[in-house]
Amino acid sequence: MEYAVRAEGIYKSFHTGSVQLEALKNISLSVQRGELFGLIGPDGAGKTTLFRIFTTLMLATKGNAWVDGLEVIGDYEEIRKRVGYMPGKFSLYQDLTVEENLSFFATLFDTSLEENYDLVKDIYRQIEPFKHRRAGALSGGMKQKLALSCALIHKPSVLFLDEPTTGVDAVSRKEFWELLRNLQQQQITIVVSTPYMDEASMCDRVALMQEGRIMEIDSPDEITKKFEKPLWAAKAKNMYQLMSTLRSNDGVATCYPFGQFHHITLKENIEIETLRKSLGGGEHLDLTVQQIEPTIEDRFMELMNQ
Amino acid sequence: MSSQPSISVSKLTKRFGDFTAVDEITFDVHQGEIFGFLGANGAGKTTAMRMLCGLSLPTSGTATVAGFDLSSEPEQIKKSIGYMSQKFSLYEDLTIRENSRFYGGIYGLKDQQILQRTQEMLDHLKLESQADTLVKSLPLGWKQKLSFAVALMHDPKIVFLDEPTGGVDPVTRREFWTMIYAAADRGTTVFVTTHYMDEAEYCDRVSIMVDGKVQALDTPSALSKQFGTKGMTEVFIQLARKATRSDN
Repeated sequence: MEYAVRAEGIYKSFHTGSVQLEALKNISLSVQRGELFGLIGPDGAGKTTLFRIFTTLMLATKGNAWVDGLEVIGDYEEIRKRVGYMPGKFSLYQDLTVEENLSFFATLFDTSLEENYDLVKDIYRQIEPFKHRRAGALSGGMKQKLALSCALIHKPSVLFLDEPTTGVDAVSRKEFWELLRNLQQQQITIVVSTPYMDEASMCDRVALMQEGRIMEIDSPDEITKKFEKPLWAAKAKNMYQLMSTLRSNDGVATCYPFGQFHHITLKENIEIETLRKSLGGGEHLDLTVQQIEPTIEDRFMELMNQ
Repeated sequence: MSSQPSISVSKLTKRFGDFTAVDEITFDVHQGEIFGFLGANGAGKTTAMRMLCGLSLPTSGTATVAGFDLSSEPEQIKKSIGYMSQKFSLYEDLTIRENSRFYGGIYGLKDQQILQRTQEMLDHLKLESQADTLVKSLPLGWKQKLSFAVALMHDPKIVFLDEPTGGVDPVTRREFWTMIYAAADRGTTVFVTTHYMDEAEYCDRVSIMVDGKVQALDTPSALSKQFGTKGMTEVFIQLARKATRSDN
């Protein structure tokens, strides 16, 4: 079957002076048509570089990539007509109004707002009251919605969104993901990157990226299943004291703060009862230790430490 | 906990023309407390924080920071606090040692103190071998840990952290919070903003701003109980959904 997006053995290196940076190392992935695919990783993982290669804005040092069945080098012109790209940095015209920006991008692709209104209406309606305002004077959330509308206006078959939710508050992030889910219903393939691990669960499949490599690709459920060690959540009145105790405990393999709890894994052949006993001296008030299901972030950290 | 609060804010207000960015906020922060300062984009967090750092004068209301009055003693406040953010921290084209020298000088430390503190910092962060490396060639996670250490170099009573962990990998993010815990344990007050709701849980107390006002303030567990939720994410969403004004 033909994939919407495919990368095969992509490498990318940059040279600045005498320093060589390997931004991407042997990246291979395939995204199916209609899929909502996430690139999950911190700054420096290589997410933006990969997007730039897919959108034909940058050449890979080695390897090849295809978008909508077309090769990124030979068919770059055709690819540009078929993809929508929302860069991480706001890149619309600040001194054009909302409406002018949209009609400018529509014109570039030989279409109009009226023609594809159905596709963008859910998003555009939210900024339509401000259509005569200059883009530069919009709030962060509204800029983001305008940028998404502009990336969609030519009815792309694949949409690339580079960190659309970075620096955005938890409510707006949630709303943005709901918008993406709705777009997916319209047969658009979406590739989206994010440094927020909790957003991985909103994707059909994700690639966990770190320092230019893909550590794992799978559905969020399968990824958490690969965390095989029993995982324990501990809580006490003084969490800092508890962390110090746990980290210096011989039976503890890893201990990381995770919201209200510390997530713990034990060394091989150590039973949780042994740990419970060693903590039970009354030194930690309100101590609880319970087994829990791992999250994507637990697995990400496990992979980082391998 | 000392009797005098580290930060004491009373009806603090900031207006820009007819827009009230910060609307009569009132709260105290105790010494050695990790205080989470949350809010939706545009709720007024940055404006409030700029006032507390002595960078912007309030329209009305009063506050003391490290015992100094916000309106009449902003310069003393600046000397008593440390500050770091994701956007502005260290100078990229200076080395680690040069940044440390520079900030030490800005904070008024003596040469001998600067040398000593720099060495302590390099030892603690295990960065000795990188001391003469330009900051721009360091990984983001190191930069953030380093800028936190630099913000603490003059032993401030309070440190303000504005989204210090944005874009940082999950392991480094936790190492960073371990540094925060340790600073608070030594008695430094930590005033921190974040968009990561799991980090809100690490705070001793959390305030949530909506449309310029502080709408909730308590320990994370008390807030979860009060709003009938499992954690801070839902608390935040319930409150921020009520916001009528949009961001910045």
